[in-house]
Amino acid sequence: MVVVGSGPGGLQAAYELQRLGVDYAVLSADDAPGGMFRTLPIFERLISWTKPEAPYARGSREYELYDHNSLVADEERCQACVPSLMDRTWDVPSRAEMEAGLARFAGLADLRVRYGCRWEATRSDGAGFVLETSDGEYRCRAVVFAVGVTTPWTAPIPGLDQATHYVDVRRANEYDGRSVFIVGKRNSAFEIANSLLPWARRIVLASPRAIRTDVLGHSPLRTRYLQPLDEHVRGGFGTSIVDASIERVERTADGFRVHAVGTSWDGPLVFDCDEVIAATGFRAPLRDLPRLGVDTVSDGRIPAQNAFLESVSVPGIYFAGNATLGSPGLRKQGLSSNSGSVNGFRYNARVLVRHLAEKHFAVDPPRPLVEPDRLVSHLLRELATAPELWIQKGYLCRIVNRGEDGLRDDGILPLQVFVDEPGPDACAIAVEMAADGTIYPSVYLRLQNRVAEHPLPPHPLHDYETAEHRRALSELVEPLLGSA
Amino acid sequence: METRASLVDTLAQTWLFADLSRPELEAVAHEFDEEAFAAGQRVLRQGLSGSSLYVILDGSAVVRHNGEELARLGRGDFFGEISILTEGPPTTDIVAEGLLHCLVIPRPEVERFLLERPRVMLRMLRAEANRLRGMLEWQS
Repeated sequence: MVVVGSGPGGLQAAYELQRLGVDYAVLSADDAPGGMFRTLPIFERLISWTKPEAPYARGSREYELYDHNSLVADEERCQACVPSLMDRTWDVPSRAEMEAGLARFAGLADLRVRYGCRWEATRSDGAGFVLETSDGEYRCRAVVFAVGVTTPWTAPIPGLDQATHYVDVRRANEYDGRSVFIVGKRNSAFEIANSLLPWARRIVLASPRAIRTDVLGHSPLRTRYLQPLDEHVRGGFGTSIVDASIERVERTADGFRVHAVGTSWDGPLVFDCDEVIAATGFRAPLRDLPRLGVDTVSDGRIPAQNAFLESVSVPGIYFAGNATLGSPGLRKQGLSSNSGSVNGFRYNARVLVRHLAEKHFAVDPPRPLVEPDRLVSHLLRELATAPELWIQKGYLCRIVNRGEDGLRDDGILPLQVFVDEPGPDACAIAVEMAADGTIYPSVYLRLQNRVAEHPLPPHPLHDYETAEHRRALSELVEPLLGSA
Repeated sequence: METRASLVDTLAQTWLFADLSRPELEAVAHEFDEEAFAAGQRVLRQGLSGSSLYVILDGSAVVRHNGEELARLGRGDFFGEISILTEGPPTTDIVAEGLLHCLVIPRPEVERFLLERPRVMLRMLRAEANRLRGMLEWQS
C-alpha cells in the first residue's frame, strides 16, 4: 500500500494502516510532516477550533468534539497532539502550532514516512499501480493520494492572471493605504479582507454568488472572518461585498481597472484600484491522474470519488485528506460534509483504511458483540456524544448488524454505504440537520434489504438520552432484537 | 476526460438554462456544486428524505420504481423536482448508467433558485407539461 503525502490526511491514513497491520509506505516530497502549514493559511490562523479546556479530558473520544485539529489515535500518547502546543492567544491554532502537532503525532506514532521522495508519474500495470518517484519506482495494489487541495487555481477570467493569487499576498502592512479588489467570497477572500482591515484604504470583495448568512450552517464558509461582511452590511465604511461576475481585469498606468456585471442586481460595475487579489481557490495537484482516467469535478479541481473515497472512474485509486470533498455523500437537505477540514477527514481516513484492509488485504476489523439489553443505551450514547457522527453529520453513521451469533457493532461507515449496499438486517444511526438548521438524531433500519428512515425528535441541548428517545428507539429496533 | 468543457460552458449548452446570460450562468456555477457518479450508483433514492434537484451535465441515468426500469434520462434532463415540489421523498430511484455528471441544487435552495430565475421555471413547467402529455397519450 502506498500513501502519497504527509499532511494530516496522509498521516491519519498511515496511522490506520499501521494499526491494522497493513504494510505501507508514505511518500512525501517535503522534508517534514504538514508542509502546507509552513505557508498556508497566509495570515497564520486556522479556522477550526481546538479548545485547550473542555468538559472532557484531553485524549477522550468526546474531547475530539472540542479539538478539530489533532489527528485521532487509540494510544493515549498519540492523542490530542495540538492543544498542548498552543499558546492560547486564541482557540484556533496557528499554522506553526498545527505543523508542530503533526510532527509530534508522526513521531509518537512512529509512522514510517520517506521524506524528500517526490511522486512524479503514475501508470497502471494490470495488478495495480506503479508510481515513479524521485527515489525510483514503487509498486502497489492500491494507492492513496493525500496530496491536499493546495495548488493555486485562478478562475478563467480575462486578465485575472495579472492579479496576485491568494498564496502570494504580502504582509498586511504592505497594503497600507491601498485600494484592494478581491475576487472571491469564500474563506480565503474573507481571511485576506479581515487581515487588511487595519491597513487598506478600500476593500471590495466580489464574486457572482451571494452570501446568505441564513444558510451559513450548511455552507463551507466559516464565520471566523466575517467582520468585513459586518462592515458592509452596516453601510460600507470602506468595505464592500458585491455580487458580480467579473468580466475582465485590465492594467492601468497606476493599478488595475476591473469590469464586472451585477448578478443579484442589474448593471455594470467599473472599479479602479491599486491591487487585485485572486482568492479563487485551489485545486488538487493530480499530475497525470486525469490521463490515467481519474474523473474530476469543479473544472478539474477535485477528483470525483465514491462513498469509499475511491475514484469513480479508476478502481484502486483512493484519496485521503482535503480532496475527500469529492465524495459528497447523501447531502440530505444540501448539508455539506466536513471532509474539507481535518476534523472531518481524519474520520474519513479511518473509514477508508478499514475498507482497504478488508478489500485488498483480507484483514477483518473487530466487530464487538452488543448485548441486546444494551443496544438502545449504546446507540443513544453514540448519538449524544460520538464525534464522528457530530462532525460528519448526515455523512458517517454507526451500524449495528444482526449476525448469526447476535448483534455486532459494525463501527463507523458512510451513511451512503448503509443506504445503498445490501447487507444483513441492521440499524444505523446518524446526526442530521433539517432544512431550517435544526439538528436531530436519525435512525435507519435495514430489514431484508429494505431501508427505512426514522427521524427522532431534536433536543435543545442535544441530549438524546431522554426517556422519550429511549422509548422511540426501543420500538424501532424491536425487529432486530426479536430473534437476536 | 482531461479536456472536459468548463462548468459554465456546459451550463450554457443545457436546455434548462438556455435563457440565462453569461453572468447568470457564472452565478449558477459558483453557487451550486457539480457531482460525479460511478456506473450503478444511486443518485436519487426512493423513499429517502431530503433529496435535491439534479440537472444532467454529462452521461445518462435510468429511472427505477421498485426495481423496474421506467425511463432513461440523458444530458440536459433534470430530476428530483417532483419530490421537492410535492414535499415528499422521491417515488423512484435514479441510477447512473455510466459515469454521470450532474449539477446539484439542494432542496432548501430550489424555491429561491426558481423564483429568482422565472425563465428557468417556465422551461421546467414546459418540460413537466410535455411529460404529462406523454403520459396521457401513452395511457389513451
